[in-house]
Amino acid sequence: MSDQSGNAVDNKSKRYDRQIRIWGAEGQQRLEHARIALLNCSPTGSETLKNLVLGGIASFTIVDGNKVQPRDLGNNFLVDAARLGHSRAQVVTDLLKEMNDLVSGSYVEDTPEELLQNNPSFLEGFDLVIATQMPEQQLLQLDELCRAKGVKLLVVRSYGLMGYMRASLPEHVVIESKPDSKVDDLRLTCPWPALLEYAYSFDLAAVDKHVHMHIPYVVLLLLALHEWRASLGPDTTPDRLPGNAAERGAFKQVLQGMRRYQGEDGLPLEEENFDEALKSAFHAWTRPSTPSEVRVILEDPKAQNLEPSTPDFWLLVAALRKFVASEGGGRLPLDGNIPDMHATTDLYLQLQRLYRQQADADVAAVEGHLAALLGALGSPGRAIASSGVRHFCRNARNIRVVRYRTLAEECSSDAAAARGASLAAALSEEGSTANANLYLLLRACDRFAATHGRYPGAHDSTVEDDVPLLKQAAQQLLGELGASSGQVQDDYVAEMCRLGAAELHVVASVMGGMAAQEAIKLLTQQFVPFSGSLIYNAMASTTSIFAL
Amino acid sequence: MEDTTPTNSSERWIDIDKLLTRNGNLVGPGFEPGPELRDFLQQDCKVLCIGAGGLGCEILKDLALSGFVNIDVIDMDTIDVSNLNRQFLFRLQDVGKPKAVVAAERINARVPGANVTAHFGRIEDMPLQFYQEFTVIVLGLDSLEARRYMNSIACSLLEFDEEGNPDMSTIKPLVDGGTEGFKGHARVILPGVTPCFECTLWLFPPQTKFPLCTLAETPRTPAHCIEYAHLILWSQQRSHEEFDTDDEEHMQWVYSNALARAKQYGIEGVTFQLTQGVVKNIIPAIASTNAIVSAACVLEALKLITMCSTGLNNYMMYTGSQGIYTHTVAYERDPQCPVCSAGVEVVAPADTTLQQVIDLMLAHPQLGKMLAHPSVSYGSKQLYARGIYEEDSRPNLAKPVRELLEGDEPAALLTVNDKKLSASLRVRLRLKEPQQ
Repeated sequence: MSDQSGNAVDNKSKRYDRQIRIWGAEGQQRLEHARIALLNCSPTGSETLKNLVLGGIASFTIVDGNKVQPRDLGNNFLVDAARLGHSRAQVVTDLLKEMNDLVSGSYVEDTPEELLQNNPSFLEGFDLVIATQMPEQQLLQLDELCRAKGVKLLVVRSYGLMGYMRASLPEHVVIESKPDSKVDDLRLTCPWPALLEYAYSFDLAAVDKHVHMHIPYVVLLLLALHEWRASLGPDTTPDRLPGNAAERGAFKQVLQGMRRYQGEDGLPLEEENFDEALKSAFHAWTRPSTPSEVRVILEDPKAQNLEPSTPDFWLLVAALRKFVASEGGGRLPLDGNIPDMHATTDLYLQLQRLYRQQADADVAAVEGHLAALLGALGSPGRAIASSGVRHFCRNARNIRVVRYRTLAEECSSDAAAARGASLAAALSEEGSTANANLYLLLRACDRFAATHGRYPGAHDSTVEDDVPLLKQAAQQLLGELGASSGQVQDDYVAEMCRLGAAELHVVASVMGGMAAQEAIKLLTQQFVPFSGSLIYNAMASTTSIFAL
Repeated sequence: MEDTTPTNSSERWIDIDKLLTRNGNLVGPGFEPGPELRDFLQQDCKVLCIGAGGLGCEILKDLALSGFVNIDVIDMDTIDVSNLNRQFLFRLQDVGKPKAVVAAERINARVPGANVTAHFGRIEDMPLQFYQEFTVIVLGLDSLEARRYMNSIACSLLEFDEEGNPDMSTIKPLVDGGTEGFKGHARVILPGVTPCFECTLWLFPPQTKFPLCTLAETPRTPAHCIEYAHLILWSQQRSHEEFDTDDEEHMQWVYSNALARAKQYGIEGVTFQLTQGVVKNIIPAIASTNAIVSAACVLEALKLITMCSTGLNNYMMYTGSQGIYTHTVAYERDPQCPVCSAGVEVVAPADTTLQQVIDLMLAHPQLGKMLAHPSVSYGSKQLYARGIYEEDSRPNLAKPVRELLEGDEPAALLTVNDKKLSASLRVRLRLKEPQQ
């Protein structure tokens, strides 16, 4: 249905509707404030930026010194044939702006290398720099610059039938990691007094048929636990849980025994709430646990050595830590959500209210700790909004921290020993050898290019002769990385020469998709960005991430 | 003679040519590098793209910039504002126009030499002969049903020899892509060789619906209130009108009634955005995942046709919300697949009549679900036909089926058609002598 007369605001929210359903209005806002610099706009860069422009970033600037050439017409969608010979940066900028007129764009007709040499402060205006198709030597310099200026860096490359990607920034914190699956936080193994009181208020024998078959399974499980403990004898502790298969079987029998199989009219009863209780019985003996990623964060020195410059995230972690050690009894704050379950509206809403109230109480406790920590810091006027604390507590089990080595740490031969061993291992293991070879060979190709002034196999006439030279470069690199026990495979050496540093549109498009996705995670601060070096193998259609 | 205009010089295709003209060790079986390969791609090859939406726009671009020239695209939808965050071939002024038509125009205008032909219509309305012309079909669909349909079309083109082996020359390759938020998949379907869509139907669990009694009597969540207004109240109060998800007034009606119901029960959280999501079954979508999956699909199509590298065997799943993770699996065919195998086996005593054979098929656990009133043929011979030839073929029902078949083969390959089916089914009838 056409809606051409709709007002601008309406159209904007409609345009972004499908993605707002993923990262919400707040995520979208963050994206709409993002300023991106793209270095080089051959297909890899153009496709990455296209996906971000469609998503609604605030602005972009393209740095590229090339003119549009026939080769671009063969692999780049963001150029047009009518402007052969024009500045490629300008053409790509114009065509991208057509895709979303809400995004501002500009360009600099310069090679990234020149620009960074002559005007390094250029990077300061950006939230993220996306560096594409740049060799290792230039990237090392760029990374140093970005780290010094506090600008996030994303490196992307397409090389024949492989791709490479790497993010570089000191630290990335996430509250809303939005994991794909989660276990409901029901706390049946450690119910708070109000929840127990509510459960025990039900007299199963006395309630009518309708109520009996609509009591939420959370209540049923708590009642069954009570009855099971009673069956073990008067000395049974009130926190005793079914500990082995036999006890769990007995517990389920108790639950089944609570069913009614016939109504007052003699007709058989289908009690779905009991079916649900059986399926969810594990909640009655599985203690809530803190995810290992969160435990590591809680123990992080940054949450303990607080300073006035400590960011809000770490202050919240510090407060969370205090909560876990005191009111939390070793556990994170209650998340407060319950899944839908067979019940009457009223019984469900009553239960939901109980969970929300307890979650709110936990938030208040965390707020108390936060106030104390802020007071001790001596930063008057510094506060974190209640809504922020609540948001953090609700997501306590989802918080994540990602840290990234500098490119120098990955590439330099100092302290190579530990990484060398893992690279050698990756090269020899069947599951990882292909992509480890590609990782190594890409770096070897950059070495080759630095030595010979061209990439291996760049011309048909040199494909064969370059093979032993590339192999040599790879072996030398292995030695420098402390991985001389590692072997590079001849087939992959030959393939890298065959591909001759081609930039294939389809490979650039895959990399452009992945890079845009990672950029969005870094900018919206939702979901979890990958860390390490990603290799995309377009031959086998696989990806690997190496932590080197 | 080599075309030296900038728009079609070998300079233009220098990247692709490295892949197609240079020999290598990690290539597909039977790879013959040379300029003829690109010539084939550009001149003789015809590729069909199903869908011109989130995946389709990307697929068309990727095909055009991978050397394909003769590209057809089919899509029955028109452009909506909510498409614009990822369907990059469309602009605000295009809203309301057919996606296939605009997509074809834009690719043809941007990529010199591209020859994209648009079909604004439903895949079900194209004859079998239409699909037969294509070297490969790439699917950019968003529904299970459409995939099943295209799968049955491709598989119905597959022929078998007497031993039940697929005739390789009749294989119609499909490359299928799908996305949902940060997740996606790309798979290669070579009917008769790799599992078809039907073989792996178990990969897609059925969509759960809310029980009616929950909607009617014990709503608990905002979605319950919304579906109540959409499914129950509408049929009570506006039964004479067919509910149209694209009609703004219909959606607003559902929304305000859902709100009222929620208020009545004390349930919070009904919003117009949620209402749209629930009623239209909206799948969240972003440009990046579509770009990844589409490119992976086109790459597989390119490899399939040229053998320029090793191919995906045969299913890749992608997930990008927590880091980046792909998993590639070689699923196996279901040897009894009713759609892509030489036929589901039906065993019957030697003196079975045709009617009894039909009854056996209807009672068969797998076949029975797919048939209602089947017609049966044997090779080119109609044994029993529904429709205008029913009366003529009816006497065959009472005959022993052995009399209707040729010779004394222990197994006969029957072709079964039915209104319920989108394409014919194969059934292998085996007649058993009493002592066997």
